[in-house]
Amino acid sequence: MKAQFKTLVAALAILFASAMLPAAAQYNNFNPTKEAVQEDKLLQQLKEGDRLSGRITIPDPKAASLIQPQGQSWRDFHQNKLPTIGGVVLLGMLGALVLFFLVRGRIKVEHGFSGKTITRFASIDRFAHWMTAGCFIILALSGLNVSFGRMVILPFFGAETFAMISGYGKLAHNYLAFPFMAGVALMFLLWVKDNIPNKLDLEWLKQGGGLFVKGKHPAAGRFNAGQKGVFWIVITGGIAMSVTGWFLLFPYTAPDGVAGLQLFTTVHAVLSVVFIAAMLAHAYIGSVGMEGAFDAMGTGEVDVNWAKEHHALWVAEEQAKAASVPRNSVPAE
Amino acid sequence: MARVKFLCDADRCIECNACVTACKNEHEVPWGINRRRVVTINDGKPGERSVSMACMHCTDAPCAAVCPVSCFYTTADAVVLHSKDLCIGCGYCFYACPFGAPQYPKVGNFGSRGKMDKCTYCAGGPEEDFSTVEYEKYGSNRLAEGKLPLCAEMCSTKSLLAGDGEMIATIYKERVMKRGYGSGAWGWKTAYKETVAI
Repeated sequence: MKAQFKTLVAALAILFASAMLPAAAQYNNFNPTKEAVQEDKLLQQLKEGDRLSGRITIPDPKAASLIQPQGQSWRDFHQNKLPTIGGVVLLGMLGALVLFFLVRGRIKVEHGFSGKTITRFASIDRFAHWMTAGCFIILALSGLNVSFGRMVILPFFGAETFAMISGYGKLAHNYLAFPFMAGVALMFLLWVKDNIPNKLDLEWLKQGGGLFVKGKHPAAGRFNAGQKGVFWIVITGGIAMSVTGWFLLFPYTAPDGVAGLQLFTTVHAVLSVVFIAAMLAHAYIGSVGMEGAFDAMGTGEVDVNWAKEHHALWVAEEQAKAASVPRNSVPAE
Repeated sequence: MARVKFLCDADRCIECNACVTACKNEHEVPWGINRRRVVTINDGKPGERSVSMACMHCTDAPCAAVCPVSCFYTTADAVVLHSKDLCIGCGYCFYACPFGAPQYPKVGNFGSRGKMDKCTYCAGGPEEDFSTVEYEKYGSNRLAEGKLPLCAEMCSTKSLLAGDGEMIATIYKERVMKRGYGSGAWGWKTAYKETVAI
């Protein structure tokens, strides 16, 4: 019995030893401890916009990101490139408008005001316009404050006052975004059919809209090519700002986490300055720039002479419509 | 003056999350926010490493650079802190931070961002040291008592080092020399523009 037991132990020992040998040979050239991941190698391998992430035990999946190097390029864009773009676009537009006013002056109604008016915009049109425009102004100012306030406004106010203004500005920005989006949608529904580009617009554009030569009045319908341009800028710009802005309002729903949010802030910021510049030009021509233009959105009633000079085809259409209605009504009260 | 830093020796970190728990408890950090977290790279594969990550208190901090209301400040010890009174919860510091340190409670309008919260190097905030308001807003102020951050104190393997940058770099170098390898001082190049030469 003892001899058999000894043989058994010996056999097991040999089996065990032979099992060990190949295992030891396997690890001769490979030390898993030394084959550690190196931070600089991992960072080099990262593609543009990617982040270095791993596994975490915290239930928040966002915490799995260890390093996102593209935050540094976002910072560079936001602190350096954006102020340059903003400065050039906004100050450039303001400068161009001032120059235009000094050279061309206020565009007058050639044949003077007739005293008779024609209805250009109904209450619903004016409501849509002013709700959107009013929101736009506050959105623009609060937005510009976030991007540039620290440079331009903070030096003049104390830190607490500026932070309070910025806090309220941010709240205004977040809440007024909704009536703004509603206004853009309403304006689209009300005016899209009159804003489809056509051959007349090409002719209008070729003549520079009559902007640069006194007495030139290229024919136009209800909206000329310049106005159609503004309409489409507002619709496309408004949609782009709304979509990017939506994800900034609800950041936890943004696709691709922080990289998505960085893209949305960049688009939102660059588009906003272009949008503001375009609206500055629009506000200029609708107020200071052209005599008789403001009445359209102000009261809704415009002078017939003004209308004939700038929207002759539309006036003809409206008068034809009025003539076909068997009523003895006067357009203006 | 000492320029304080964090160094996580990824070759020693065993992912026990003591640092995460210590920080969360000491400062009574609100739900959903984790000032410190442990991330495991290459989990389950040879060369797996765990790194404990919180605010690195960078030189030329990107968060401070992009803040629209300029609510950040750097102390004499080079700790990057901010004022929750000035913060408007816009999220820019989070977009700029390479380490994702800034976090926000979901108490803003539409459930979006409230005031930003992040690792303070256990140095509190702009309120008076050891006051109740300071504790409520920023957590305990250990640095003012002459103590180092609790995460590094609680680290079970002493992989997370905190203290004067020169000193902890020296400790790390000695370790690397002794054992013959080191995966690097994670985040140092990005945060301090210099790395520990091994």
